[in-house]
Amino acid sequence: MTAIDPTAHLTAEQIEELGRELDAIRDAVIASRGEKDAAYIRKVISAQRKLELVSRGVLLFSFFPPAWLLGTAGLSVAKIMDNMEIGHNVLHGQWDWMRDPKIHSTTWEWDHVSPSEQWKHSHNELHHTYTNVIGKDNDLGYGIMRVDEDQTWHPFHLGQPLWNFINACFFEYGIAAYDLELGKNLPKRRRKNPEFRARAKAVGRKIRKQVLKDYVIHPLLSGPSFLTTLAATFTANLVRNIWTHSVIMCGHFPEGVQVFERRSIKGETRGQWYLRQMMGSANISGSRAMHFMTGNLSHQIEHHLFPDLPSNRYAEVAVKVRALFEKYELEYVTGPLPKQVVSAWHKVFRLSLPNKKPKVKTPDCEQELVAA
Amino acid sequence: MVTTPLVPSDYLDLVSPLRAGADLRGRIEAVHPETGDAATVVIRPGRSWRGHTAGQYVRIGVDVDGVRLWRAYSITSPTNRQDGRVTITVKAIPDGRVSNHLVRRAKPGTLVQLDQPTGDFVLPLVTPTKVLYLTAGSGITPVMGMLRDIEFDDVVMVHCAPRPQDVIFRSELHDLVADKKLRLTEVHTDTDGILDIARLDELVPDWAERETWACGPAGLLDAAEGHWAEHGVQERLHTERFRPSIVVAGDGGEVTFSATGMTVDADGATPLLDIGEEAGVLMPSGCRMGICFGCVTPLKAGAVRDLRTGEITEAEPGVLIQTCVSAAAGPCDIER
Ligand code: FES
Repeated sequence: MTAIDPTAHLTAEQIEELGRELDAIRDAVIASRGEKDAAYIRKVISAQRKLELVSRGVLLFSFFPPAWLLGTAGLSVAKIMDNMEIGHNVLHGQWDWMRDPKIHSTTWEWDHVSPSEQWKHSHNELHHTYTNVIGKDNDLGYGIMRVDEDQTWHPFHLGQPLWNFINACFFEYGIAAYDLELGKNLPKRRRKNPEFRARAKAVGRKIRKQVLKDYVIHPLLSGPSFLTTLAATFTANLVRNIWTHSVIMCGHFPEGVQVFERRSIKGETRGQWYLRQMMGSANISGSRAMHFMTGNLSHQIEHHLFPDLPSNRYAEVAVKVRALFEKYELEYVTGPLPKQVVSAWHKVFRLSLPNKKPKVKTPDCEQELVAA
Repeated sequence: MVTTPLVPSDYLDLVSPLRAGADLRGRIEAVHPETGDAATVVIRPGRSWRGHTAGQYVRIGVDVDGVRLWRAYSITSPTNRQDGRVTITVKAIPDGRVSNHLVRRAKPGTLVQLDQPTGDFVLPLVTPTKVLYLTAGSGITPVMGMLRDIEFDDVVMVHCAPRPQDVIFRSELHDLVADKKLRLTEVHTDTDGILDIARLDELVPDWAERETWACGPAGLLDAAEGHWAEHGVQERLHTERFRPSIVVAGDGGEVTFSATGMTVDADGATPLLDIGEEAGVLMPSGCRMGICFGCVTPLKAGAVRDLRTGEITEAEPGVLIQTCVSAAAGPCDIER
């Protein structure tokens, strides 16, 4: 899809060799998984639960503004931890090797309106297999946005900055709708499909439970703090949604990330699959706290190469992966969060308009060609 | 509703994992060495522990290198122990991941998972007058639970171990002998050779009149069963076999899809997902390349090999495998 293919300099043998080197990195982590890793995820889960309990406790007194602030902040962080470092990663099967039925991809349910089961299908299976393949990976623009020059422009796209903003605020609902493939399934004929109806029901049930908990039960428990607790929970959900949306946008949208055509993945070898993951993902640089709060999705490139390795190991893997990028002269797209968010949003705005005719060679334009 | 999508116990477990109503767990409180390669583990079980009968065993789930592994061990403590603790006595077997961990590395304070005690290698309600315990090696452990539990007027024990220092509970046994509560014959197989069951006539002349509980390696138990049957007294013999699940990891093998009742031959290189689909079994699948975990299925028996790493996974309760990247490593049973 790119005007200039940034992987054109690699021979087929080199790509397979790259694949073998990545396999070796993976094997090394698998061989060294152990007690420390298990202790890590247990600690995170227990910390998340304690933080949530305490925050909800504090919110019982949320009529008192400092308590509101503290409780809301705590609950926001707890929800982010639940979704990112814990939920996302457990549902990837990253911790299945522990054989602890309580921390297992087949049993985990998260604080989110999309039921785990459906999310695993659309995310683990579709997005991770067909990463950045236009028409196959719905994460590209979530079906409401145009994210690549080669997609045909439609006047509908003029509004995409707004759609994207609304999606960010209600991201978990966006994801649920997306997992249901609402756009495709809403037309009359499809709506009746029993399989779709069962899934829609499951989402309905989950939404009902989540809403009841956050917006009815906990406010009621707070008695005189009913309204303030309600506002606090709403805020926490909003913060969590915007945060996760931002992090996720940084994973595949920033300038410099490649998208691929359907036919390009026909008969893809393991090496080519790896290469597509490398070119289709982008990282966020930052502190350890930053990595933690993004659920280590700041190591998106590593995550896409090895979606089932425990998240706490991505940082060490990143060093080796980056060395491979250098060795094979590929661009490792990374940057601090604000820069990546701006870059992704910039793209959303830019592609809301029809393509500009490429002008002749200014340095700026050159870069854009590579990036698109 | 208050805690959805979690359940209240997820939070309660943080503070009180052993409370009544919790999933059954226990806390290791001490580990006492018994011999060079055996140790007794003292466990305080959770409140939902229902108690055991002497001679029973318990399945225990231990996290070894972060991986939860389940094994069964006989309970060696008496049923009326005042402090409510139970003990298991574990002999480290070569390459035994759990047994070596428990004997050499387990630390007090560690939580372990428990099942309720079970097994029918137990004493009868009606007390027999004469008893024989015939044991070898760690086969002594369920019998020790019996010995400590109920005293009989006339008890004889024949126990086999390679050397005197390998006899688990030796000093306690000798104390019982000194108190005239037990008559004991130790057979040291390093010097005496394996016990020839015909020697029983000389060691315990009235063996056929005794209610007998025997536990030890298969060879001994087979010999005992033959001997008792030959003399027409097989109803007096109670045996307990420890079945170490020995899985020989090979290359390919016969795959059983137990839910469907299908059996097919598989080579060591074809993913079980493909094998199943070809045989017409409804297999869940997704990415077919090991990344989505959409194909995980219980492995009920046998062993499989990870086609990416070569790693062998053996069947154990609760073990799930990714069928798209696993091939048969010997005969196995997939629950589909
Ligand atoms: S089908 Fe995706 S992991 Fe097996």
